[in-house]
This record gives sequence, C-alpha cells and structure tokens, in this order.
Amino acid sequence: MFQILVVGAVVAFGVYIVNNTLDNLASRGIASGFDFLSSEAGFGIIQSLIEYSEASSYGRAFWVGLLNTLLVSAIGIILATILGFIIGVARLSSNWLVAKMAAAYIETFRNIPLLLQLFFWYFAVLRALPSPRQSLVIGDSVFLNIRGFYTPRPVPEDGFWLIPAAIVAGVVAVLLLTRWAHRRQDETGQPFHVVYVSAGILIGLPVLAAAASGFPLSWDIPELRGFNFTGGMVLIPELMALLLALSIYTASFIAEIVRAGILAVSHGQTEAAYSLGLRPGPTLRLVVIPQAMRVIIPPLTSQFLNLTKNSSLAAAIAYPDLVSVFAGTVLNQTGQAIEVIAITMAVYLTVSLLISLFMNWYNKRMALVER
Amino acid sequence: MAEAFVEKPDLSPPIASVGVVEWLRANLFSTPFNALLTLVCLYLIYLSAPPAIEWLFVHADWRGETRDDCAGDGACWVFVKARFGQFMYGFYPEAQRWRVDAAFLIFIAGLAALMTPRVPGKRWVALFLLFVFPFVAYTLFYGGILGFEVVETALWGGLMLTLIIATIGIVASLPLGVVLALGRRSQMPIVRALCVAFIELWRGVPLITVLFMASVMLPLFLPEGVSFDKLLRAFIGVTLFQSAYMAEVIRGGLQAIPQGQYEAAKALGLNYWKLMALVVLPQALKLVIPGIVNTFIALFKDTTLVLIIGLFDLLGIVQAALTDPNWLGFAVEGYIFAGFGYWIFCFGMSRYSQYIERKLETGHARR
Repeated sequence: MFQILVVGAVVAFGVYIVNNTLDNLASRGIASGFDFLSSEAGFGIIQSLIEYSEASSYGRAFWVGLLNTLLVSAIGIILATILGFIIGVARLSSNWLVAKMAAAYIETFRNIPLLLQLFFWYFAVLRALPSPRQSLVIGDSVFLNIRGFYTPRPVPEDGFWLIPAAIVAGVVAVLLLTRWAHRRQDETGQPFHVVYVSAGILIGLPVLAAAASGFPLSWDIPELRGFNFTGGMVLIPELMALLLALSIYTASFIAEIVRAGILAVSHGQTEAAYSLGLRPGPTLRLVVIPQAMRVIIPPLTSQFLNLTKNSSLAAAIAYPDLVSVFAGTVLNQTGQAIEVIAITMAVYLTVSLLISLFMNWYNKRMALVER
Repeated sequence: MAEAFVEKPDLSPPIASVGVVEWLRANLFSTPFNALLTLVCLYLIYLSAPPAIEWLFVHADWRGETRDDCAGDGACWVFVKARFGQFMYGFYPEAQRWRVDAAFLIFIAGLAALMTPRVPGKRWVALFLLFVFPFVAYTLFYGGILGFEVVETALWGGLMLTLIIATIGIVASLPLGVVLALGRRSQMPIVRALCVAFIELWRGVPLITVLFMASVMLPLFLPEGVSFDKLLRAFIGVTLFQSAYMAEVIRGGLQAIPQGQYEAAKALGLNYWKLMALVVLPQALKLVIPGIVNTFIALFKDTTLVLIIGLFDLLGIVQAALTDPNWLGFAVEGYIFAGFGYWIFCFGMSRYSQYIERKLETGHARR
C-alpha cells in the first residue's frame, strides 16, 4: 500500500516536471531531440586526440571531450597512485623526519580545496613561466614555457615494427618463464632468479631488434620559429595544471589509505614470516603487501572514481574535457540543456560504474579465500 | 663478622642510548639508508624553507593601502588587507555587515555549547539551532522584515557565502539522507530500488554537472513565471548531491547496530517508525558523527565549485580580486590567503572528528 503511494507520488512528480519542461521548451522555442549532434560545431578545441576541426560535428566534439577526460583521468590515476604509495609508506617510515614530512604533505594538501590548488598551479605557477623565447631549457631539446612543455617526438621509420614485436615477444617469454619457474619451485623446491632473467629479456630483446634493424627511430625536436615552438610533442599548460592538482590532491588521500592498509596487517604476521626464515624483502612482498591490498583496494577504488569525477574541474581552467567542451560550449551554442546534461551525466555514471565493476572483480580475485 | 651491605650507585647508561644522541640514532640515523634519507630531507628543507619564510614574512610588505606600498621583493599582504572586507563578506554593504557578524556569533555560541561536553541543556540548544536560528539568520542576512534593509543574495559573497552554503547543504541533506538510508535498507523492493537509483545517480556524477544542471535545467522544470534565485539553485544542487553521500554514511551507522536491538524493540511492541526513531536512529546517528563531520569537510571544500556557476564564494571573490587591474600580479598571495582560510576550517574540523571518534569509541566496543 505504502509502496503504491510512493510510486504514485514519484510518477506524479515526474509528470509535473515533464509537463512544465515541455511548456517551457515550447515557449522559449528550444528544439529537442538529439539531431543537434550531427550539425556543425564551428568552434576549435586546443587539444584533441582524434581528427577535429571547426567543421566537425557536435558529436565529434563530444568524443574529443570524452577522450580528453579519459586521458587526464588515466594519467592522473597512475601518478596519484605512485605518489600516494610513496607518501603512505614514508608516513610509516622509522625515520622521524621522513614520517613528519609525509604527514605535513598529507595534512596540507588534503585540507585545501582541489579547485584552489588547480587555480594555484594554473594561474600562479604555469602562467608565470617565461615566454617561448626565454624558455627554460632542460638538456637542449626539452623546453618549458608559458605555452606548454615541449619534448622531442619519436618518429618511427621503416622497419620500426620489429621493436614492438620484440617487446611483445619478450613479455610472452617472461610470462612463460614465470610459470615454468613456479612449477619447478613447487615440484623441486629450487628457486629461479625470475626477476633478473626477465629484466634481461625485456630490455635485451628490443635492443637487439633495434640493432638488427639499424635503429629505425628519429626524433622530431621542437624548434623556436618566430614566437612559438613547432614540432615535437607538447603538453599544454591546462593539462599540466590539471594533472599536478589532481595527482597531488588525490595522492594525499591515497597515502592515508595505504597507511591504514599496512597498519591493518598485524605485526604477528611479520614476526611469523621472520621466524619462518623469510628475509625482510620477501616478507613485505609475499606476506604484508598481499594482506594490506585487501584493505586498501575498496577505498582506493572510490579515490579513483573521485579523481575521474574531479577531472571535470577542468572546466574552470578551460582544459577541453567533456564538461568544458560539451556541457560548456556545446550547451551554450545549442541551448539544449536537457539533452546535453543528460548525456554528460550518463557518461560519468557509465565510467564510474565501469571502474567500480573492474575494481570489484579485482577485489574478488584478491579477497581472502577461507577454507 | 659480615660486612654491612653498602649500596653502590648504578652505572649510568652508555651515552649513546639516552637523551638527544639516542633519539637521533633511533629516529634519524638507524641505518645507512635512513641516514641518507635524513640528509636528503634536510637538504630539501634547507633549499625550500629559508626562501619561503623570507618571501612570506621577512621581505613581505604589511603596511600601506595601495599597490605602490608593495615595493619589496617579498609577498604583498597589503593586497589581502585592502580586500579583506570583500573576502569575508563579498559585496555585502559595509554598513550592514554587523548583521552577518551577529548571525555568525549566535551560531558559533550555539555550536560551541553543542560541542563542549559539559554544557547542560543540549537538546534546547540543538532545537534552537535547527528550528529557530534559520529564521533569525534569514532575517539578519536578507532583511526585509523588522526594519532591516533588504540585501539581495547577489551581493552575498566571500567566506560568509562559503559557510552559508556548506551549513545549509549539510543541515538540509541530513533529513533527506536519513530517509534515503532507511529506504535503501527497507524490505519494500520498489522503495529500495528508487532509493538505490537516486543515491547511485548522484554519487556517480561530479558535483559540477549537478550544479550545471541546477543552474540551467531547474528553471525548465518549474511552471512558467516561477523563477529562482541563483543561490537557491546552488542550494538545491548541493543538497541533492550531498544527501546521497549522507545516506551512505548513515547506512553505515544503521548496519553497525546489532540485530538484537531491532528484535528487542519489536518484542516491546514498537512499530517501524517508533523502532527507528526511538531505538535505532539515536544510536546510529551517534555512531556516524565522525562520518558526518568528514562529509561536511568534503562539502566545505566542494563549495568552491559554485564559482563556476557565477557565485562569489571565498575562492570566487579572491579570483575576482586577482583580475582587478589595480592589483594585477598578486595571484600567489591571494591563493595562499584563501588556501590558509580553507585549511584552518578543514583541519580544525578533522581534528574535532578524531576527538569525537576517540570519545565515542568506548560506548560501542561490545558487539
């Protein structure tokens, strides 16, 4: 009975809103439907991973924005995880100074809004960099200036396919070797130095391949022409600021998660491992970390989700992500608020669900198997 | 004749195992690797700290009114001083600012009474803050009644606006969060599905899209002629978003209440609402106070996003001041000031939440 009332109320509310919306749309002369996606966008985007020009459609602009969002989230997640693990371990260091510095890092960056940090990096740091003519030079081919971070771009030449092929072959060989070593240790108890041999294979094979094909790789070095650099790869300042802010901010949360995870493994586990004769390295690798990961992964997932969602702050510094391109420029040009916002929200929902599905799967694999 | 036992004084411990030397050895130079780390850290501090302190304090300009007073090569705090009123109150008319102060004084007094364990009559203070104070605050902030001059919400800004949005967001999302959490744990499949969908929808999207939605879509949802204030739209967006997070925090508390409590309450003949209101929720809400404070910290930091829909909160007003042609080039000072402001609040609240956590720990250790 109560449920029927609730459903009735929700439906009535929905109908009321839809009615109002239709009235409003009609009276303001705003079109509805998704036809606008195929009409010409007519605006440029400063960074695009796929072909895009002003003549492209709004639908194309949507994909550019989405890919830019995914790009910044993926790099941000990697950087934040590395930094977070380092800081989290440092926070537990027996070295007083290191532990205090890590604590200071965490307490500082965790308690300042991300948007403020983003503004700081973008407006106060990167906007204060010198002009292209006075660029900061690292080596003689890496340049940092107000227009971005310029590095040489590798240009593959004939016969380059051999090197990726060698890398793939190396990975396959290492996987097979690891399985063989495991089986041999299970059967005979003899360990095998998998790490050194794998490193040799992974580095050696591509180098051999490169030598065999005569180093088919040249570098496109950025050059100062007129007022700006041409050639090379460029990391635009918007992307740099976003990456800095996102990874530094999220790392402070990840550090706390890592610390809690390591503390959750009782000291008895370490002592038991030592009394079995394991050395500190294998103890950490085989006993402590696998158990700590179980505690770390669920909250780590939500930090990854947060980072992905927070990447939408890009709109504030005009990095062309999904929100900035689609819910910003496209929305303003077409006025079709409902469709645009609905698509944007649906994308974030999907990405969130996908990341949490993947992490749940991983979590299940790592979870304690009780007998 | 046996010799009398003469007590000999203890030997003093080796010099390397007491006092400063021992502390240094144990904490900074216990292994070669640790010694190296210590030296690297000391070098980093040596590189960064002295210039930072010189810039922030020693060479900084504190006195004066205009840009010309900032001649030194340090920070220019004159800029922050000149704009301080704006950073606090936004464009709120100067003659009326005492009203804001008065409202916040009442609020802080009430909050202090609630947060200090020994003050009696907490229930009345809480009821006053929840049900009477909002009207008092509205009268003081907006005016229009009792002879107060009307101050449009477009003039509100600065730290005042940040605090108002964060407080309203948390207070309004609490009841909504309780309802959603109860719904999500309900036996009724339709109600549960609706609540799960609502919670996951808001938790899956960034706040910025919610604010966009509130600012461009809400006007479309309402009957023609009804229009909303920009601030009210932000409130609605923040509240909807926050209630989903609040619901998950409260659900955690509900799950921590042992089944026996439900059974005992049912055995006493309480119906669902009485069971929840008298037995389960009081315990659950007490358990999740630290969680609520943490949500509040997150919300407090997230209020900065309202500047994207054109409201001037603390960060928004600092950002606006930086583009003033008379004061160009003082971005670092502005951001450090704003960052310090946010940091004080967030750090203070997180310390308070840890204190509460320690204090409440004893009550529910039993399972």
